[in-house]
Amino acid sequence: MTSGNLAFAEAMRQVNPDVVAAYPITPSTEIPVKFAEFVANGQVDSEYVAVESEHSAITACVGASVSGARVMTASSANGVALMHEIFPIAAAFRAPIVFGLVNRSLGAPVNIHCDHSDSMPERDSGWIQIYCEDAQEVYDSVLLAVRLAEHDDVLTPVFVCQDGFITSHCYEPVELLSDESVKKFVGERNAKYPLLDVDNPVSYGSFTMSEYYFEIKRTQIEGMNNVPRIYKELTKELAEYTGREYPALDAYRAEDAEYLIVIMSSATGVVKDVVDEMRERGVKAGCLRVRFFRPFPAEDLKKLADGKKGVAVLDRSASIGGTAPLAAEVKSALYGLSERVPLQEYLFGLGGRDLYPRDAEKVFSRLMENDYSDTARYIGLLEKDEENGGN
Amino acid sequence: MSKPKCWQDVPPATIAWGASALDVETGLWRSMRPVLDENKCISCLKCWLQCPDSSIKTNEEGRVCGINMFFCKGCGVCAQVCPVNAISMHQEADFTGEKREHGEDPGKVADHVK
Repeated sequence: MTSGNLAFAEAMRQVNPDVVAAYPITPSTEIPVKFAEFVANGQVDSEYVAVESEHSAITACVGASVSGARVMTASSANGVALMHEIFPIAAAFRAPIVFGLVNRSLGAPVNIHCDHSDSMPERDSGWIQIYCEDAQEVYDSVLLAVRLAEHDDVLTPVFVCQDGFITSHCYEPVELLSDESVKKFVGERNAKYPLLDVDNPVSYGSFTMSEYYFEIKRTQIEGMNNVPRIYKELTKELAEYTGREYPALDAYRAEDAEYLIVIMSSATGVVKDVVDEMRERGVKAGCLRVRFFRPFPAEDLKKLADGKKGVAVLDRSASIGGTAPLAAEVKSALYGLSERVPLQEYLFGLGGRDLYPRDAEKVFSRLMENDYSDTARYIGLLEKDEENGGN
Repeated sequence: MSKPKCWQDVPPATIAWGASALDVETGLWRSMRPVLDENKCISCLKCWLQCPDSSIKTNEEGRVCGINMFFCKGCGVCAQVCPVNAISMHQEADFTGEKREHGEDPGKVADHVK
């Protein structure tokens, strides 16, 4: 039995990264704390850099990573926001950092509970984003992320996201691999252009104006475009050890479904339960869980949503004044369908508000009643008038 | 290596070859030029010490012997710190007839890592 945080830390111990620079913040605190314990006990060879801020933590990670080291760190919420400046630099330097992002709502007001308002602003930073449903998936994803990030055709840092407290602190059964198996799977990092190779000196981050900036961004896009192909190979390879495979888009009873809920991370479990109940009542309900938000599995989603009677997208972060991140991606992916699929946007779970089975059930019911609104609806929001919006 | 003609030829990860600063003509945007009067200069090396672009040239005996116009940005620190007023600042426009060396060549970027 272990938690999402401790599963992440345990994977770190087994990966034995060269450098970890971190500045602990709730709810990801346990990751660096547990890892510092491994360092103090001599269970890993890692250099643990204690820094004075999250900005320094990620900066030290970038420096170590371009020097050729295998680097990991973790953070949450405002800590992630403070790192924001450095994220695009890490991505452009092709620094394959593996980052434990434990989702927590961004202040204000100060709130330590889960939503995706911390990771979503980083969706355009050039990093891969993986969102996990449970602690087992966190553990497996760390191992996959190390290989994916460091692959020559990818060379892109990865956020391994899990829901704060819900996944990070709840204890559940997690199957761990032996240290030898992990060692064998992740291997050693073989950096192509390490800063410490004094026989082949290089500079990173040189000044580049309009003559080549655009082309450099295009090379990053190419690395991201290679992710689905490389990832498919990696998840198959890890499945040889674990028996578990994770698609970029997790489809639950979706293929023959008429009504779909699209959602991410831990709240998926509730929706899956409701899907089972609806199925027992003869309703063809299904669920799509978006595991990779970057690169977004648009083609898979388009195929699975094609021909459905109704789709509801449940976002756990708002884009105030615009379409919420997941809904925007889903709508964009479905634009190419020859026949439009009716779609309803919802916001739920901000600041850690729970999603209940009755909520998911109502979402399905309204799809079945052809009850759509042009604007997003709110699940579980305290409303003056129940009928005025609400779920 | 010639200048990259397409994005596929651009070096990965923003990489440039080592010591690439030596090939970048920072003197391109100079508007004021320092001129050294070698008769006044006492080679105290204050300008050599303070120059932010290491543009003060010295000879084998360690004496100041000129200013490197390829790198000098014309900040004027050398003229300010000189105790004997051996360096004076002049409008760059007064030197327009002079031949200039070619500046940055992005084609050289990361020559050895390709």
